[in-house]
Parts: sequence; structure tokens; C-alpha cells
Amino acid sequence: MGLVVGRSVLRSDGAAKAAGTARYVADLARPGMLHARTIRSAIPCGEVTRIRLDFDRAGFTIVDARDIPGRNVISLVADDQPCLADGVVRHVAEPVLLLAHEDRERLIEAEVRIEYRPGTAVLDPAASGRAFKTVSIAKGDLAAGFRRADFVVEGEYRTGHQEHLYIEPNGMLAVPENGGVTIIGSMQCPYYVHRALTALLGLAPDKVRVAQAETGGAFGGKEDYPSMIAGHAALVALKSGRPVKLVYDRAEDLLATTKRHPSVVRHRTGVTRDGRITAMDIEVLLDGGAYCTLSPVVLSRGCLHATGPYRCDHVRVTGRVVMTNSPPNGAFRGFGAPQTLFAAEVHVERIAETLGLDPVRVRAVNALRPGDTTATGQVLGEDTAALDVLRAAARRSGFARKRRAYRGTHRGIGLALFFHGAGFTGNGELHLQSKASLELTPRGARVLVSSTEMGQGQRTVHAQIVAEALGVPYEAVEVAVADTAVVPDSGPTVASRTTMIVGGLLRDCAVEMRRRLGRLSPAAYLRRHGPLVVTRQYAPPPNQEWDEDSYRGSAYGSYGWACDVIEVERDPVTEEIRPIRVTAAHEVGRALNPLAVRGQIEGGTAQGLGYALLEEVVLRGGAMANAQFTNYVVPTTLDIPPLDVLILEKPYAHGPFGAKGVGEMPIDGVAPAVVNAIRSLGVDLREIPATPERVMGAPEIGGLGRATDGSSAPGRSGRGQGTRGQGRGTGRRGWNPGASDAGAPKTRARSR
Amino acid sequence: MTTRSAFRPIVFTLNGARASVRAHPMARLLDVLRESCGLTGTKEGCGEGECGACTVLVDGRAVNSCLVPVAHVAGRKVLTIEGLKGRHPLQRAFAEHGGTQCGFCTPGMILAAVALGPHPTLEDVRRGLAGNICRCTGYEGIYRAILKSGGASRASDSGTRNAGSTRQEKTSHAKGEARSRVPRPASCSRRRSRPAGRLAKAGVPPRRRRRT
Repeated sequence: MGLVVGRSVLRSDGAAKAAGTARYVADLARPGMLHARTIRSAIPCGEVTRIRLDFDRAGFTIVDARDIPGRNVISLVADDQPCLADGVVRHVAEPVLLLAHEDRERLIEAEVRIEYRPGTAVLDPAASGRAFKTVSIAKGDLAAGFRRADFVVEGEYRTGHQEHLYIEPNGMLAVPENGGVTIIGSMQCPYYVHRALTALLGLAPDKVRVAQAETGGAFGGKEDYPSMIAGHAALVALKSGRPVKLVYDRAEDLLATTKRHPSVVRHRTGVTRDGRITAMDIEVLLDGGAYCTLSPVVLSRGCLHATGPYRCDHVRVTGRVVMTNSPPNGAFRGFGAPQTLFAAEVHVERIAETLGLDPVRVRAVNALRPGDTTATGQVLGEDTAALDVLRAAARRSGFARKRRAYRGTHRGIGLALFFHGAGFTGNGELHLQSKASLELTPRGARVLVSSTEMGQGQRTVHAQIVAEALGVPYEAVEVAVADTAVVPDSGPTVASRTTMIVGGLLRDCAVEMRRRLGRLSPAAYLRRHGPLVVTRQYAPPPNQEWDEDSYRGSAYGSYGWACDVIEVERDPVTEEIRPIRVTAAHEVGRALNPLAVRGQIEGGTAQGLGYALLEEVVLRGGAMANAQFTNYVVPTTLDIPPLDVLILEKPYAHGPFGAKGVGEMPIDGVAPAVVNAIRSLGVDLREIPATPERVMGAPEIGGLGRATDGSSAPGRSGRGQGTRGQGRGTGRRGWNPGASDAGAPKTRARSR
Repeated sequence: MTTRSAFRPIVFTLNGARASVRAHPMARLLDVLRESCGLTGTKEGCGEGECGACTVLVDGRAVNSCLVPVAHVAGRKVLTIEGLKGRHPLQRAFAEHGGTQCGFCTPGMILAAVALGPHPTLEDVRRGLAGNICRCTGYEGIYRAILKSGGASRASDSGTRNAGSTRQEKTSHAKGEARSRVPRPASCSRRRSRPAGRLAKAGVPPRRRRRT
């Protein structure tokens, strides 16, 4: 172990947060400040015919699309999303008009009526005629793979929206100054906001300054939408010439900001009698919502994780993310992988059921090993740990013993094996050209990066990396606020890249700084040679190549590996599913701060339990009908069972001190493990959230009966798609024996 | 709108000192604390009494300040996170044991934990904090912080581990087994005054009953 890395040092922002002195955007004020409010569309699709302002306009600043000095877009991937709708609205809660006043009461009371000519809204992604992006991955010869199969198993799996529900709602403060604007707010990616504002305001880059305020949770939800809010605050600030604060209340945050993409994933898999996968044919459909946002990248990551952590020589993955007239979906921890890994892991469970094989064994037979190739042909390194985590979790949880013991009871146990690629997909890191800087201080050094602290521990871990590599105490390393006037562009704080990629650059900076210092102390160096700033820019590790057109090559620098085992208890009357224990074994390369890693695993697992069991965004007419904390239900203390966390380490050669990314992976496998535990009770569930209604509406697993495991012989157990309609209330587990044909050689259960 | 000076002053004890504010009697205590008193440590997460980020103690009981009209605290003692002055053992423990990540729920969470009284059991903590939502930690770090600070001895940190390839860190988890029940003085006010607390006390998960 290092002197500093590998230790759970005291997190640097802990004291201020516990004392209540940490300043979030809602806590900030400026003299003469206005409060702003966003007027939004009430219909999913149509033209705005008239806007009526039924209030005394004295003291108000009113901004619409005509006030935009630059381009009316939130510049990100496709530049298709207007900052303020210009005559046409494409989803409910689309921003149309901005009001601002110094008196918040008057602002809230101001009444605006928008009249529309409604259009025809597309709300069903399957019926959408427009794709933001398609992805196609091909490996080997699919037909040959299916020829080698003894059985073909098919299925369709669905996931719903998920809301981040960071506890701090979104907010921005805009201050007009120096002929431009300064933004302070809750965000993950200061340079995304910076880029969007220079386009929107038509300002030179040095006239826009973006700094992060303390950020009360993000989980991907403050990756792209903050550019919108900052744009609104900036427009009002520039028009009024006064500082402007725009902080959402919870309902507005829920109605308007991005969510996790809902998905429908279809699998068709060839398997041999002994459980080896010979061919995988996978179709992914994501609902992107009304604008592109980050959807193409979400789809890409989703498709790259769609096979699960399994080896197979013959693979086809096709994906589409389509436009609908619902509020745009965007980044959320996992970024497409939780959806496709849900499908993959429930499907593998169904393969085990079909073959009558032990679920651990089926996974072990197919799990990726060092030297294996992924669907894109990436050769996996020595840090591949699928088998390690599978065995660790199965042993630690007593999986086999409990599976037997729970048979015939209302308790179930299930598992999911999964992986997560850390860093940007493909050539993403190459294109980002991230920079990190380190400035020598009399005591040690100051970290200059645009990575943001949103709770995950960035400040602490970056300081640890620098302290270790520079050979100074942890306390001697400061971390600058992520302020575009001060720090270089280190890329966004997303994609589990902050430790692995940006931390790696910082290590390189510190190594160089140490070399320059020689035998001098920092103070002595500064006296003799003056200021010293070392900057490093990202360069990909050797042999990491990616072809974006063919989707071949190294999709990610490295993968983390994990296995969750989850035990549940079913209420026999209400069909409520209560998780009673979680065992999570995660391989993270190297845990630079074990407590922080544990915090990510525990927190991600809890968020995954919400995704699996509780969290349901109810859309009615394209609007979130349950846009309240009261009825968008997330886990409380009473909903989270004991979480048993195991951290495994197989160092990644190109990560700082061996570290891989860990932020997102913990949410990837929870939902399939929960559903597989429910399946062990004989319920053929293939959809989340597993609310009592869905569990009640799901059919029985053919041949298994309720509350047994799938240990019967091939041909007797299992079924394919069989009775449709879980979650739609059709057929209360009415099993039609005629549909149970997936176990027969080379026959397939019909899919719808 | 009526100006503030039109209202009669409401007098209460705020963090041990006398406070007098002129505000609409139905103004939310949350707004009065944050805006009139300048105490921004109390956070607004939902404004509907669900998330618990705005928890403060009124006469030692945890309440959601977004649901309390300021007139209700006239003559009472209000404790906000600022009143702990950063010196309460729970504050150090939250930072030390992973009880705080993004920090937005932390002030409310710490005050709700203070209201539990000394030496709560894990079960006390789970029920007592059921009205405070944390989206970052999965609550485990919060349990560690409260249980470790509340006990007489502080367990050793998890900061020292052995090196090796494919190491496993076994995290202590058998919470129920490892943490013995320590009786508390009966006089401690440890239950929440608000509905979430009452439901929790009755053994009903307070947030699972309502669905759209």
C-alpha cells in the first residue's frame, strides 16, 4: 500500500458539509439580484400561437427566443435542442419564456397563458419514425453460431425511466460582468456549460466564465441540462444587466430535466446442452425523447454492454435510439449499460432455467476471461475478473445453500454478473484531449482540473493521487474550484473517468513535478526558480485502437467487473417484494480510497434497488404525472437491506496506481439480480420496476411452479417468450403448457 | 404584497440566542431561517415534507422546516445545523465514516440523528431517519457514522489494509450482530414529530404507501 493511496483519508469537504457551511447555488446571493422563472409548454407537440402576459410588467425582465444573441441551441451532440422554443414545442415542459423579478412572490404570481395549435404527438418509441442514432456491432458468423446451438432462447426485456433525484434541485446564478457573463451553479461539466453559452450568447470564450458551486448530487442528471439552465439565467442577466438566480423547485426539476432512457431489448441466443453460448443476436431500442441530448452516446454504451460479460464468437448487436415527444432523456449513472445489462442478465437466467442448469455455472462457463475477445474484438487484459467476482459473491452470500433452503418458501435469491467500461467510449477520450495541471505551492501542490466534486470524492481522491506521486502529505495538496477561468478542460465529470483518466493525468503531472523539484522542497523551489505549473494532456495507452465506423477495437481502456447476489422476500398477499440482503462483489482495479469506493458501491446499489423495485416515472400525455417527491418513490432507510460489500483488486496497468473507474458500475447489476431473485420464486418477470402490480401480473415460469428453482432437466423446464404481458395485467400467471417449447431442441418459443 | 415591517415580531430561541423576526406568520420556517436569519445550512430538497433536507429541531424534536409556519416556533427553541458549531461528535463522524457525500442531506440528517439521542441502535437509526432521504450513500455510511460516534469507543478506521493482487476487503457488515443494543435514557426525545416519524414508529415504511 502507498503512503496515501489505498487509505481512507478524511474527505476534504466533509467538515464543511457536516457543519452546514458548504455553499450550494441556492445559498448564494448578489446585491440587486433578480429571481428567474421558466415558462414551459403544457403540450407535447404543437405550435405556439399566442402568449398572453396577464400581469403588471413593472420591474419584470421578460426574455424569449428573440432575445438570444447567438444561436438558439444547447450545443452538445446534435445542436437540435433550442434554448427557448421558437414557435414550435416538441415536448411537455419545453422552455418558452423567461420571467425575472427581484421579488419572488410577484414572480410566482405572474400569470402567463400560452395558446397552441396542437400537433400529433409520438409517445410510443416503437412507433417513432426518427432515429437519433443506430449502432451495429457484428462479430463472427451469426448463422454458423446458431447452427452449433442445441437450443435457442428468446426474450424481450423492458426497463422504464428513472429520475436521478439528486437531493439538491438544479440551479444557476448568472452575473453580468466584464462585458460577458459569469455562471456559478450546480453542475458536473463546467466546460460543457461554457461551450453551450459561447454558442448561445455569441460571446468570445474569454467572456464566459463558468464555476461550479457545491453540487448536491448529480448522477448524470447535471451533465447536460445545466447548460440549459445556465443559458436561461445568462440571457436574463444580459438583458437586465443584473445578477440572476434561477433555482428549480422539485416539481419543475422532475417535469423538465432529463431521465434515464426507457428500453426494450430483445435477445435471441444459441446455447449448447451444457450451457455454452454459441450465438447472440440482440436488438436494443431506447426512447430518446424530443431532442438528441446525449442519446447517441448512451445507445453506444448500451450496445457495447449488451452481451453482458460473456464470451461468444458469433454476435450481432443492433441498436436504435428514437425520437418521441416526451421530455428528452439523458445521462444517468450507467449510461445505457443498466438497461442492456438488465436484459442480458435476466436472459442468461432464463437460459439457465431452460437448460435446467445452475445459474452460477452457466455464468462461469461463459464468463469472459483474460485473453478473450469482446463483441468488438477487444482482447481483454489480465485485469479481467468476471470469474473472480462471480465466485467471491457466490461464496460470500452462500448462494447455493440459500437457493436450496429458500425453495418452496417466499424467499428468493438471484444474482447478476456484470461489467462496466471506464472512461469515454471508443475514441472519446482521444477526441476530448483532456488536460490536467498541477501548480506548485509552498506547502505542496494545487490541483487544477475541471473535474467536479458532486459527492463522489473527486477532491479527496485527486489530492491523494498527487500526494502519493509527489511524495507530500495528503493535507499539503489543495484542489482548486472547477472554474473555467482557473482550470484547464479536463473533460466532463462523467463516465467513471475522473479517477482513472483525469487522476492518471494528475499522477503524470505529479511525477514530472517531483522530477523537477529534485531535492528541493516546494518552498525552496519557488524561492529559487519561481512559479511552476505542470500540465499533461491525455494520450491513449499503446494498442488501444477503435474504429468508430465498424465498431471494432478497444471500446474502453479497461473494465470493472462485479457480481451482485440479492435475496428478496415476497409478501404472499400484496406481492410486494422486499430485498433482505445484498452481497456486492466489485473489482475496481485498485481502491485508492476504500471508504469512497465503498460509498459508491453502497450508494449505487441503493439507487439500483430503487430502479428495480420502486422508481416509476408515470408519463401521461407526455408529462410526468408523479412529479413530486411524494409519489416518485425512492428508497428510504427502511427500504434498503444490509449491503455486504466486497472490494476486489486486479490493477489496471494504465490507471493511476492501478485504479479503474467505479462510479457507475454499482447500479448496473442490481435490477437483474432482483428480478432473477423474483424469478427463483417462479414468477416470469422480465420488466422493471418490479412493483406489486407487475409481479402480480407476471405469468408463472413454465414447468417450475412457484417458489422452486430451475433444477429440472432440459425439455421439462423453461419456456420462451410464452405468455406476454407481464406488467400489463394480462393473465395472472396462467401458464399455457402448449407455449412451453423453448426447451425442445432447435425450437424457439415464439416472440409475440 | 405586505412589507415585512407590517408584521408583529415573532420571538424564539435560535441556536441558543434570542431571535426576533418580522415575517408573515404563515411563512415557512425554512425561508425565515435561510433568508431572514441568513442560516443557509438548512436545505430545501422538495418543499413538501418528504426529503428531510430541511430538518431542524424544535424543542429537541426533528421537524421539516418546510412544513412549519414560523408562527409555530414563537417562544420555542429552534436548533439548526449552525447551532452545532461544527463541534458535535456526529459532524466529525459523518465526515470520517462516509456519512456525507454530496452533503445536501447532511445537515438535516445530522439533526435527525441528534434527535435520536445518545447510543441509538441500528434499528432506532433506521426508523428514526426514515423521513430523511439520502441518494448518495445507500445509508450505510450514515449508519456507520451515527453508530460509531454514539458509542463510547470509536472503532478503528478502515484505512489500513494489506497490499496484494486481487485483494478482498471484507467490510464489516453484520450490523445487527455486531452492534449491541445500548439502553437509552427514557427521557430522550428521539421520535420525529412529523407524520413520517409517526408512521416509522408504527412500523410502516412512511413513503411506500402512496403511488400514482
